[in-house]
Amino acid sequence: MSWFEKLMPSRIRTDGAVKKGVPEGLWTKCPKCEAILYRAEMERNQDVCPKCGHHNRIGARRRLDLFLDADSRVEIGSGLEPADPLKFRDSQKYRDRITQAQRATNEKDAMVVMAGKLKGLPTVVAAFEFSFMGGSMGSVVGERFVRGVNHALENNTPLVCFSASGGARMQESLFSLMQMAKTSAALGRMRQRGLPFISVMTDPTMGGVSASLAMLGDVNVAEPDALIGFAGPRVIEQTVREKLPEGFQRSEFLLDHGAIDMIIDRRQMRDRLSNLLAMMTQVAPPTAPEHPRSSQARS
Amino acid sequence: MDMNFLEFEQPIAELEAKIEELRMVGNDNEINILDEIERLQKKSKSLTESIFASLTPWQVSQLSRHPQRPYTLDYIARIFDDFEELHGDRAFADDHAIVGGIARIGGRTVVLIGHQKGRDTKEKIYRNFGMPRPEGYRKALRLMELAERFSLPVVTLIDTPGAYPGVGAEERGQSEAIAKNLQVMAGLKTPILCTVIGEGGSGGALAIGVGDRVMMLQYGTYSVISPEGCASILWKSADKAPLAAEAMAITSERLRELGLVDAIVPEPLGGAHRNPAVIAANLKKALLENLASLEKVPLDKLLEERYQRLMKYGRYLQS
Repeated sequence: MSWFEKLMPSRIRTDGAVKKGVPEGLWTKCPKCEAILYRAEMERNQDVCPKCGHHNRIGARRRLDLFLDADSRVEIGSGLEPADPLKFRDSQKYRDRITQAQRATNEKDAMVVMAGKLKGLPTVVAAFEFSFMGGSMGSVVGERFVRGVNHALENNTPLVCFSASGGARMQESLFSLMQMAKTSAALGRMRQRGLPFISVMTDPTMGGVSASLAMLGDVNVAEPDALIGFAGPRVIEQTVREKLPEGFQRSEFLLDHGAIDMIIDRRQMRDRLSNLLAMMTQVAPPTAPEHPRSSQARS
Repeated sequence: MDMNFLEFEQPIAELEAKIEELRMVGNDNEINILDEIERLQKKSKSLTESIFASLTPWQVSQLSRHPQRPYTLDYIARIFDDFEELHGDRAFADDHAIVGGIARIGGRTVVLIGHQKGRDTKEKIYRNFGMPRPEGYRKALRLMELAERFSLPVVTLIDTPGAYPGVGAEERGQSEAIAKNLQVMAGLKTPILCTVIGEGGSGGALAIGVGDRVMMLQYGTYSVISPEGCASILWKSADKAPLAAEAMAITSERLRELGLVDAIVPEPLGGAHRNPAVIAANLKKALLENLASLEKVPLDKLLEERYQRLMKYGRYLQS
């Protein structure tokens, strides 16, 4: 207690801890427009700010929850775990970084793949977990993606991938780089077989992920205002030594430059992509079931 | 300091300077100076041998980017009998950081594609320091598809710091250009033989590096990011590049052990630039051997093996 508090009469002294009546996490602030929002409302809105439309980053499982029908989901490649083939160590051991990321995210690596149904249409969906080491692509991400492709090939289903990644995982060095070749080659088989692949780029999709699987969609989609590119803006700025143009490497910029087909708001993603896939595979427009309501659908 | 010698070669540089000095003096008098020169030359050779017997990955990285190191056009001049360069991506421009064309080697025709760096300042700028833009990758793609049409094997020579990080490159779809090449090369219906001749810089290298065989010159490097780049991200300081070079396993020897590279082409003592004729002969021999063996494989089998090889990349645990 400070000398000032001691001087105060006890009746106006209050205990700081008791005063805080608001439970942790009831409110949240939009990082873009800084509006204070009721967290439940934000969640109902699929983590898109109801005030300004900013798309907040969401995890892989939540993404799959929002996108796929609630029933008959099967996870693919969940038994795979990262190895440390180079015994990589920088300021920290790669092993320790993996452990920390696994604890923080409750995931084994930076991608979750599921076979399921999209409004009744059997589909394989992959989603990057950005909070796992920046969604970086190492051997497990590459292998899970390929197993997803193989599942799609075996069952004649489309594939959708939601990217959110800083690029290749440096700690696996050339093994990571080769995942670019591996995933791109596998997608080549989808192409040969005439099975649709829709790539959805979310914030951010950079480097080795952008320069491989993410840009190879039959249809390339982006969420609004996502950072998408090969080289990071800072690296480019240092190379060309000038200010980058407004909106550079954002979804709208990519649409203008012909790199993507469309920008879709997360809240319409399920409707638009299910309809698009139905048209591409020439089946009747999907009707049921209704949108699964985020977390309720999981339990 | 002689420009031809790297920092770690300074003891050799000093000896060589002494030899040169003696030669200048030697013309006027005593015969035993010749003996002295010979003695010093022997010493220089054994010193070089001992230094090169235990190079650190960082030293190899410097060798791979040595300013005198032979580039694609040097190999074309020494190895190939004819070379007709083909230009342009048919859409936007001709990228000078990638050269390509039709060439003859040992009696067979191939399509040759390689990164090209510049030697002096003017040429470096012309070649954009060997950093391709999307039009470079699209030119390469066009030539690969041409190779497929005429059933010509593709030979690629890799030597780039990476794809160019620029505004225009991003605007024109650097990512898509690289991704497309990876996919097309994986299924290209003709043999592809890739060799890292210098610096194998990340996606910019891989974009002409997917094939049936991947070779590296002994002092080439191949990595997901430059040692400097890796150090500045993970160690927060580019000065830690030697540590990053060590950690990332970028040398031909390590990558061969890890099964990521199929063969190593030996370099002359002191590195390729010390004896371009020898390295060119070694590379030619390796190219011819591999082209001959790839030619014998039926196309279906070749493509299936290429695909399976790509699918095998990666190390993970399975529970």
